[in-house]
Amino acid sequence: MTDQSIPTRLRSARLQRSNGYRTAVACLAGLLALAVMITLCVGQSVTPPGDVLRVLAGVDVPGASFTVGQLRLPRAVLAVLAGLCFGLGGAAFQVMLRNPLASPDIIGINAGASAAAVFAIVALSLGGPSVALMAVVAGLGVAALIFGLSFRNGISGGRLILVGIGVSSMLDSAIAFLLAQAPAWDLQQAMRWLTGSLNGATLDQALWPALALATCGSLLIGQRRGLEMLRLGDDTAAALGTDVARTRLIVILTAVGIIAVATAITGPIAFVAFLSGPIAARIVGPRGSVLIPAALVGALLVLAGDFAGQFLLPGRYPVGVMTGAIGAPYLIFLIIRANKTGAT
Amino acid sequence: MTIRHPRRIWLAVILLVLAALCVLSVVVGTRHVGMADILAALSGGTQTMGQAAVATRIPRTILAVMAGAALGLAGAIMQGVTRNPLADPGILGVNMGASLAVVIGIAWFDMSSLAAYVWIAILGAGVAAVSVYAIGSLGRGGATPLKLALAGAATSVALSSMVIAVVLPRNDIAGGVRAWQIGGVGGATFDAIAQVAPLLALGLLLAIPTARRLNMLALGEDLARGLGESPAVARGLAAVSAILLCGATTAICGPIGFVGLVVPHVCRLLFGVDHRWLLPLSALTGACLLLAADTLGRILISPTELPVGIVTALIGAPFFIWIVRRQRISAL
Repeated sequence: MTDQSIPTRLRSARLQRSNGYRTAVACLAGLLALAVMITLCVGQSVTPPGDVLRVLAGVDVPGASFTVGQLRLPRAVLAVLAGLCFGLGGAAFQVMLRNPLASPDIIGINAGASAAAVFAIVALSLGGPSVALMAVVAGLGVAALIFGLSFRNGISGGRLILVGIGVSSMLDSAIAFLLAQAPAWDLQQAMRWLTGSLNGATLDQALWPALALATCGSLLIGQRRGLEMLRLGDDTAAALGTDVARTRLIVILTAVGIIAVATAITGPIAFVAFLSGPIAARIVGPRGSVLIPAALVGALLVLAGDFAGQFLLPGRYPVGVMTGAIGAPYLIFLIIRANKTGAT
Repeated sequence: MTIRHPRRIWLAVILLVLAALCVLSVVVGTRHVGMADILAALSGGTQTMGQAAVATRIPRTILAVMAGAALGLAGAIMQGVTRNPLADPGILGVNMGASLAVVIGIAWFDMSSLAAYVWIAILGAGVAAVSVYAIGSLGRGGATPLKLALAGAATSVALSSMVIAVVLPRNDIAGGVRAWQIGGVGGATFDAIAQVAPLLALGLLLAIPTARRLNMLALGEDLARGLGESPAVARGLAAVSAILLCGATTAICGPIGFVGLVVPHVCRLLFGVDHRWLLPLSALTGACLLLAADTLGRILISPTELPVGIVTALIGAPFFIWIVRRQRISAL
C-alpha cells in the first residue's frame, strides 16, 4: 500500500457509498411505483394493467374508468402524498432532535393539527384551504408550545417527549369533545380524526399536500446537509459551519407545515411519521441523508396499510388502524431496547 | 404533635367540601328543578319530570364519589409503590388494559352484564400494570419516571389501536362500546353500584394495611428490610389493591385519566408524605375532584353534557406537564 493510493481509495469508497445510496433510493422509488400500479389494478375486482394505463392516459374505458379513475386513483394519489409528507416531516424531526421517539405524532403535533381541522370543520363549517391553513397554524402553535414548555436550561429530549405526551393527551380529549359536539358524529368520522383514514378521497383534496410538498418539502430537503451536521451535536455542527438556529427554525417550520397539511386532509395517520425514519435508516444505512428514503418509505407504508386494511382482512379498516397496529409494537420494542442498553 | 392539628382541620374542610359538592351535584343539572321537587325526589318521589331528573342524579353522585375515591387512592398507592411521581392508572396503561379486556369480552365472548365486565376488566388492568412496570424497569436505574411514563404511553397507544381493531368490524356492538368508552358516571344505577361496591370495598380493605408499609418503602428497600418489612409482600399487597380499585372503577365508568395523578400530588403538598394520612385524604380529595368535574361537565356545555373523562383530562394534562417540568430528566 503506497501513500498515493489512499486518496484514490477514499474517493472510490465515497463513490461506492453514494452509488449504494442512489441504488437504495431508486429501489424504493421503483417499489413505490409498483405498489401504486398494484393498488390501481387490484380491488374488489381485478382490472388488467393495460386498461389501467389507458384510463391514466385519459381514454374512456367502460367500467374501468369509474373504478380506477374515480375510486382507486384518488385514493392512491392521496396515500402517496400523505405518506411522503408524514415520512419526510417525521424523519426531519427525529434527525433534528437526535431521538426516534421525538417524532411529530408522538409529541402531539399531529394531534394539534387534527384538533384544529376538526374545529374548523365541525364548529366553523369551513372547508378546503382554510382548514389546511388552520391545521398549519395549530401545528406550529403546538410545536412552539411544546418547545417552550420543555425549555429549561436548554431542551432535553426526554422532557420534550413527556411534555409532548401530556399535550397530545389533552388535544385528544379536545378532539373527542369536538366530535361529541358534531351534529352527525359517526364512527367513520371519529376514526379519521383520531387515527387517520383515506375513505372518500377525491383528486381535489390532493392539491394541498402536493403544493405543500412542492414548497415546504423542497425547502426541507434543501436543509438535509445541515440536518446531517446537527446529528453530530449542536456544538460540532456550529464548529463545522452550520447555522444551527437557522437550520432548526427552517426545519421546524417546513416539517410542521407538510405534516399539518397532510393531517388536515387524511387525519393523523398513526405512526407513519414515527416509523418511516428508522425503517429508511435501516435500508440506506449511514450512506446519506435519510430524508428522501424516509419519505418514500412513508408513502409505501400508507399505501400498503390502506390496501391491507381494505382487502386483506375480513373487515374494512381505515389505514390509521393498520399503521397503528404495526407501529405500536415497534414503539414498545424500541423502548425495551433503549432501556436495556441504558440509552434512556 | 403540632402537625396533626392542621391535618385534622384539613380533613374537616375536605369533608365539608365533599358534602357541599354532593349537594351541588344533586341540585345542578340541565333541568332546573325547584327545592320542593328535590326534597320530594330525595325521599323517593318520581312523579314529576323534575323529581325524576333528580332521582337519576342521586346514584350518579354516589358513583362519582366512589369512583373518585377509588382512583385517588389507587393513584396514591401506585405513586408510593413505584416511588414515581408520574404513576397514574391512566399513564401506566392500566385503564387501557381494562378497556381492551372489556371490549374483547363484549366482542368475542358476548358479555353484556356488568358482573362479567368487572372481572375481565380487573384481569386486563393487572396484566397491563405488570407488563408496563416490567418494560419500564428494564435496564440501568430501574423504573425511572421517564422510562415508566414512556412504557405506559406506548402500551396505551398499542392497546388503544387494538381496541379499535376489535371494535371496528362489529357495527352491532360499536355503539355500546363507544358509550362505555366515553364513560363517565352519567348512566349510573343503584344495581350497577351494588355490583362493584364489594370489589371496591375489598380494594379499600387491602389498602389500609399498606399505608404503614408504604412509609417503610419510602425509606428505601434496604432500610425497609432492616426494619423487618418484606418489600415484596408490601409491593404485592399494594399492587393488588390498586389494580382492584382501578379495574373495578374502569369497568363501571370507562377509562378516566389523570385523577390518580393529580390528587396525590396536591395532597402531598398540603398534608405531607405520611401515607397513613395521604391515602385516606387522597381518596376524599379524589371524590371531590371527580364530583366537581362531573358537575362542571353538566354545566359547561348545557344542554348537552361533557363526559367526566374529558373534563379530568383537560384539568389533569397541564398538571402532568407541570410535574414533568419540575422533574430533573437527563438528556436522552
